[in-house]
This record gives sequence, structure tokens and C-alpha cells, in this order.
Amino acid sequence: MERYYQPEIECASREQIERWQSQRLIAQVRRVWENVPYYRKKMEEKGVTPEDIQGVRDLPKLPFLSKADLRDAYPYGLMGKPLKDCVRIHSTSGTTGKRVVAFYTQHDIDLWEDCCARALTAAGATDEDVVQVSYGYGLFTGGAGLDGGSHKVGCLTVPMSSGNTDRQIMFIRDLDATILCATPSYAAYLGERMQELGLGPEDIPLKAGIFGAEAWSEEMRRGIERTLGIKAYDIYGLTELSGPGVSFECSAQAGMHINEDHFIPEIIDPDTGEVLPEGAQGELVITAVDKEAFPMIRYRTKDICSLTYEKCPCGRTHVRMTKPKGRSDDMLIIRGVNVFPSQIETVLLNHGYAANYQILVDRVNNTDTFEILVEMTPEMFTDSIGEIQQLQKTLSLGLNSMLGIRPKVTLVAPKTIARSEGKAVRVIDKRKI
Amino acid sequence: MSIRQLSVFLENRPGKLFELTALLAEHGIDMRALSIAETTDFGIARLIVDDADKAAQVLKEARCIARFSDVLAFAVPDEPGGLHRLLSEFNAAQVNIEYMYAFLQGKEGRAYMIFRVTDTAASEKALLARGLKPLTLKEIESA
Ligand SMILES: [Zn+2]
Repeated sequence: MERYYQPEIECASREQIERWQSQRLIAQVRRVWENVPYYRKKMEEKGVTPEDIQGVRDLPKLPFLSKADLRDAYPYGLMGKPLKDCVRIHSTSGTTGKRVVAFYTQHDIDLWEDCCARALTAAGATDEDVVQVSYGYGLFTGGAGLDGGSHKVGCLTVPMSSGNTDRQIMFIRDLDATILCATPSYAAYLGERMQELGLGPEDIPLKAGIFGAEAWSEEMRRGIERTLGIKAYDIYGLTELSGPGVSFECSAQAGMHINEDHFIPEIIDPDTGEVLPEGAQGELVITAVDKEAFPMIRYRTKDICSLTYEKCPCGRTHVRMTKPKGRSDDMLIIRGVNVFPSQIETVLLNHGYAANYQILVDRVNNTDTFEILVEMTPEMFTDSIGEIQQLQKTLSLGLNSMLGIRPKVTLVAPKTIARSEGKAVRVIDKRKI
Repeated sequence: MSIRQLSVFLENRPGKLFELTALLAEHGIDMRALSIAETTDFGIARLIVDDADKAAQVLKEARCIARFSDVLAFAVPDEPGGLHRLLSEFNAAQVNIEYMYAFLQGKEGRAYMIFRVTDTAASEKALLARGLKPLTLKEIESA
């Protein structure tokens, strides 16, 4: 039986959802107009006033916010509340220059934790469960978000944070953890470590996992489900928009329900900014209608996905988004071709490699060089130089057919690629453009 | 009798071979022979050691990728044309050599050759039929 954390909201009628959205949007735009000069200026430039916004249908009249705006306004320029009303910050682990610092009031924390509680409940959590949170705690939103959600559901929460994998496995076994929250790469690593220790899925009590904060493929999901013996649920979010829990998967595992009472989604053409119809693939734009401290209006996520309002078998009425094909932050343009790390992952898993890899991009004599370091596996290693070169060639051709561009594949020894226990460093781009 | 050789995957980067030899030395494993095959990005270190099982265990614990393969060892007659005559026998027995390497052993520094051949068992039989008996590690060590 499907469980809901807030059934009256999660299964509300579409009319009801739209009424909430319109009311909250109108109020949010007014607050932002009054309290956020940076966004007010953008509205004025576009010739829009709060009176022009009478409901959700008027959303496209409003200007976009982008990562560049976040940088320009850093750190306080987009705040919707005075600092004395804020109770916390979180920050992205983004590379230098891209760091985002987001602010939260207690109200913001509450609504975020509600979203995470919905995700946990959808993954089967009740107050009988033991939830091990192996996301990093600290500035990163993963640990705090799922921790808060787990408390709301009433689960026994194990705030492990990341790292010390053997101890993680010991806690799962000793404390009978039933639900694991982590980045997918860490969950996969945990599974590998279990195998090394001679432990199978039957040796651990886990039944479900919630994994997000990184692009991951369907193949990787199946791998994690197999080695840990669980059902693996996807969760989506961005620090700018609270953190994980903007959307989450239900038992149908067919797209992630966006918490539409708090977040209004649109899909736009990333080049023209034009709003695209239901089902079209484009860039996800989110308006957070009741976040107070860091009120994002029409925030361009750079994530490429599509939406469906089709009825979901789980009973939830909130719109579903497809797994983002990749963040355009993660997306690389190499020799003019769009390359998403998640595509690379798919090919690696299909060829029997671990999804631990590193992409090296450089520019030599005005041409991009594209190399992928992949871990050799004990099963594939042979004593023959020729056979190993053949393995590299086969993988290179497999990647070529997925990506439309052929990388140089270099097989490396395990442990070579820094296996971060939080987010993995997948791309090293040395091009100076 | 074939000898068990350990092949270890190595990245072609400075210090990698040193790490491997240090690891084995640290665990008191004695190397009888070592040969490296390499390309620009990776290499394979091929080792004959005194205790192959222990070496395999040590490598596994260090998360090195290694595997056993069977090789044939022969003494090279210490006379002009010695190696050529040995190879002639392989040729006559229609044994296909994938790779080979030499090493010295004992006080007098006797020369031995390690051969990796296609289909070790069949090759060994063909060589035996021509009166060529591969040496065991014990025989080499006690020579
Ligand atoms: Zn659903």
C-alpha cells in the first residue's frame, strides 16, 4: 500500500494545487518586489509589476534568475528576509567561482524537511524504520535535508555522514538500518566494499535507499539494487532551491514528483527562453513560491528534463519530471558535442566496468582532447598487452556510439581515481577558453 | 611442469613499479624473475616469486590487479648458439611463443628462459616428446 506523508497535499486535485500555486505566487512576487532590489530591478527592466501577476498563468511574464545572477548578487543580494530572521545557511560544493550560499528561515527549513519526509515516506519509511544518512553533513544539503525529513517521519535517524565505509557497514548491520540515504556513487562503493568483505544483500537489513545529488543512470540503479538488495529511489534538488526534495520518486519509479505546493516547474527552450509544452524536453525552471530567505523566482536549473501531468499509479497528483539527462553544469561540450557524464556511466556499466571514472579534457593545437580514465577490473585483466589494448578499443568504440565522439580510453589501476566518499570528481577540464 | 607466474597490472607512471617491488619486499617475498611489458599508458609486470600464493594474497589486499598464468622455464645451454638451439626445438614442436624473457639464477649466474606459450599443456607435451622437460621452480632454485 502506498504511503504518503501529507496525503491531503500530495494527492490534492489539480485545481487545488493550482489555487495554492497562484495564491502563493502572487504573494511571493509582491514580497520579492518589496524586499529584493536585485530582482525588482530585473522586473522593472522587463516592465512587469506585481499587479501583472494574477496567477500561475502569468508566470512567463516574470524574468529568469540564473546562476550568473547568484554570482552577481553574492552573498546577500537575493535575500528576501533580514539576516536576523535567518537560522541557517548551506552552500554548494561547486568549484571556485560557482559557489552558492543559500539562506533559510525556520519556515524554509520546515518546508524543506517536509519535502524530504514525503520522499522518505514514498520510499516506504515509517516510524518503525532506521534511516542511515550517509550523505555529508555540514554545508552540503544532503545530510541536513534527509536527516530533517527522517526526524519528521519519526524514523530512528543515524547521522553517519560520509566516510569510513567499514564502520558504515557495521552500523547498518548492528543497528538494523532499513533505509540508506547517500550519493549514488557512495552507495555503489558501499556495495563494492561489502562484496570485498564477502557480504551479500542477505547479510544487511536495508530495504530501500534514497540517492541523489549526482547524475546516475538506470544501469547504476539496477547495480545498487542488486548488490545492496534494496529498492533505490531517486531524489532531486538544488541548494538554491532548499536542497534534496524538490522532487522525489514514488514506488512507480517512473519520474520524480515535484512538490508543486512549494515549487512550480516550467520547461523552457534553453536558447530562446520560450516555455515548452508538456512532454517536451528542455531546461527545468523552478519558482519557489513560499521560500522566504532565498526566494528563487523562475530559477534556471540548467537541468535538462521533461514533465508529465499524467496520472501516476501511486496516487500522487503532483507533476513528474524525468531524471535530468545531466546538469548542464556537468555537461561538457567537446569538439562541439554535448557529453553528459551519465551517458558515460551507462556505457561503462554495460561493458562490465565500475562506474568510477574520470574525464580529462584539454585543448592541444586548438583541438579538444578527450580522455576517460576507467578502472581495470580483476575479471577483465589478462596477461596479454594486445588483449588489454583491445579492451580499451572496444570501450572507446562503445562510448563513441553513445556520445557521437570517440574518447581515448585509458585503463587504470583501482584506487587511482580519487573515490570521494561524498561527491566524486568526474571531470578535469584543463581547457582555457 | 609449468611454473606459476604472477602478472600485475601497472599504470605507466613513475614510481608504480617501485611501489610493487616495495610491497613484495615488505612482506618478505623473494622475486626470482621480473619482466615488464608496457605501452604508453599501462604495463604488465610479470613475476616469478618464491611464494606465489602469498604474493597473490598480498597484492589482493593492496587492491592491485593480478592474475596467475602458467609459463615454461628452461635452462639456456651455456655455449654459443645455445638459445638458438632451444628455440629451434620450439619451432620444430610447433609451439607458439607469446612472449619470453630471461633471468639469471644461482652463484654462477646460470641463464634461464621463461616462455609464455599458446596452450601450455599441449605445448609442454610436444616439447616433452622432443626430450625437452621444463624445469620446476625447485629445480631452478636448487641448481
Ligand atoms: Zn507516483
